[in-house]
Amino acid sequence: MQDIIRKRPRSGQAPASTPVAGFVTLDARALGRSLVTGLPDGALNIGYEAVDRHVVRGDGNETAIVWLSKEGAREITSYQELAELSSRFANVLKSHGLEKGARVFSAMGREKELYAAALGTWKAGMVFTPLFAAFGPEPFRTRMEIGEANVLVTSRALYERKIAAWREDIPTLLLVLIVGEEAPEGCVALGPALRAASPEYETLHTRPEDPALIHFTSGTTGKPKGALHVHEAVLYHALSGRHALGLRPGIRYWCTADPGWVTGTTYGIISPLVNRATMIVDEAEFDLDRWYGTLQREKVQIWYSAPTAIRMMMRAGKDAAEPFDFSSLEFLASVGEPLNPEAVIWSNEVFGLPFHDNWWQTETGGIMIANTQDADIKPGSMGKPLPGIIAGIVENTGDGLRELPDGEIGELALRPGWPSMMRAYLNEQARYDKCFADGWYLSGDLAMRDADGYYWFVGRADDLIKSSGHLIGPFEVESALIEHDAVAEAAVIGVPDETAGEVVKAFVTLNRGAEPGPELERDIRGFARKRLGAAVAPREIVFRNTLPKTRSGKIMRRLLKARELGLPEGDTSTLETEET
Amino acid sequence: MTETETRAIFLEELNRVAPDIDPATVRDTDHLQDDLDLDSMDILNLVTALHARLGVSIPESDYKEIETPRKASGYLARRLREPE
Repeated sequence: MQDIIRKRPRSGQAPASTPVAGFVTLDARALGRSLVTGLPDGALNIGYEAVDRHVVRGDGNETAIVWLSKEGAREITSYQELAELSSRFANVLKSHGLEKGARVFSAMGREKELYAAALGTWKAGMVFTPLFAAFGPEPFRTRMEIGEANVLVTSRALYERKIAAWREDIPTLLLVLIVGEEAPEGCVALGPALRAASPEYETLHTRPEDPALIHFTSGTTGKPKGALHVHEAVLYHALSGRHALGLRPGIRYWCTADPGWVTGTTYGIISPLVNRATMIVDEAEFDLDRWYGTLQREKVQIWYSAPTAIRMMMRAGKDAAEPFDFSSLEFLASVGEPLNPEAVIWSNEVFGLPFHDNWWQTETGGIMIANTQDADIKPGSMGKPLPGIIAGIVENTGDGLRELPDGEIGELALRPGWPSMMRAYLNEQARYDKCFADGWYLSGDLAMRDADGYYWFVGRADDLIKSSGHLIGPFEVESALIEHDAVAEAAVIGVPDETAGEVVKAFVTLNRGAEPGPELERDIRGFARKRLGAAVAPREIVFRNTLPKTRSGKIMRRLLKARELGLPEGDTSTLETEET
Repeated sequence: MTETETRAIFLEELNRVAPDIDPATVRDTDHLQDDLDLDSMDILNLVTALHARLGVSIPESDYKEIETPRKASGYLARRLREPE
């Protein structure tokens, strides 16, 4: 195990880790409520808490967003301007006859309109679903079908390349808004629509339990699941941003995650704005010099990134960081997959600060377990539960759950009830119910707690793949592969990769007449990339005559993975057909 | 090696990493990420493939130099001319 990174108390402050006798149960809801304003009669609205209340309190001139365009432009948006822009967006939705509860989807890059759309949607009492712009047409379509999208906000290029062909197949879709000045037939150009709309809009007085957000996440089997979050989640977004990241008014904060994923929405839109931070938003993708330059030029104080990006920086070496001044940095955090100890040590050397790993999921809506500012870091550990969060390690005894003692590996579980916990998987009550047992929320992650209370990630309890921080469901990839004319069956697993954590690898059997070879491999891979997008499609495809299957005909991905990694094959008593 | 040759090799390796891209329809000014939808893992794989094929190691700080086929063919030809 690596050495512990010890924290010195910050000047003028007592160490925060004051010993407390016994257990103190903190209520995350009560703690969060002290950080928001609320609306009359107990109403609560994420959009109002994120922008409008700051304007009402006289802080409208503070900078909400520093937006860096791909081309190098830099634009500043104040809280006042963001309140007006999001109000205009809410008015555009209303002018098209949309009402409370309507489902608004986005599929676009990190442009200013994305932020206005999210906030305007919430202010209008509608439900926002961001989609990752790099998805291929299939993931877009599946999610819009399941989520019964009413509105889509997207770019002209994405619409024409990935959506127009099947738009008519989504009967619920009433309105397509295209960012910019012009729109193809049947769509509305957002630029002129926003300018024509009033900058005034009175936020709808939503109830804390009214739906606000749907985030899609992958399942091992079946279609992606739409995790539903409510307006009350903002209490925990406010609280966890403060405790796990150190967000506070005026602080310059950069979250590198795309809002197409839950981190980019919770900690790339809501949490920083609710805490009145100044968000740096970079439209461009990872680029080493650009990132280092941004940290220096924008004097970033808090930086929230991901292991894949950190490992890419490590590949470039310390010399690449040498010319830059990182003295503004105060706190670094990482999420998406476990951060390897080497990366923690490396960042401590290069930035003078270690990255603080934390753990949460789409379903939890916010950071649950974290390495925080004042606590010592054990590199490789995800840290300890945040205030108000109770975690445990459990195992299924066949007769209910048993909580395991320190040092034993089991499933990471949480006591339900924190405000940002998902309230449903859309139309999938049975799958939702399966996440809860004996008073625990079951995360599906295997972990261990050490004697000091630190949690350590061990692996997934299921077949889900974590690649570059994105959770990928094997079933969705397999479904796309078997649509290829040559493919009979497919099994998809994650294989270790030093940069991405895992990459997607597919095992396929072919239909009669199809010739295995490099040409076909490329053809299938290209086919999958067109449908799924680069982030989800397999990076490698291998051919098999048969795949290992159970008596009931289920492909044993677990066995393929064990063989790939050279691990023990475990229980193979259900194996009926061998892999050949 | 001429730029015509490095361009052909670049497109070949690009197609190997991202077989959804048809080299015949790629424009010289197409941006790998913005126009051709490559992600950062694809770029890494492309850099690795070019290194294996041409012996040119491309540091992270030069990734901008290969962001379009035009820039990449010029850059690779230039790097190949460098003395060992």
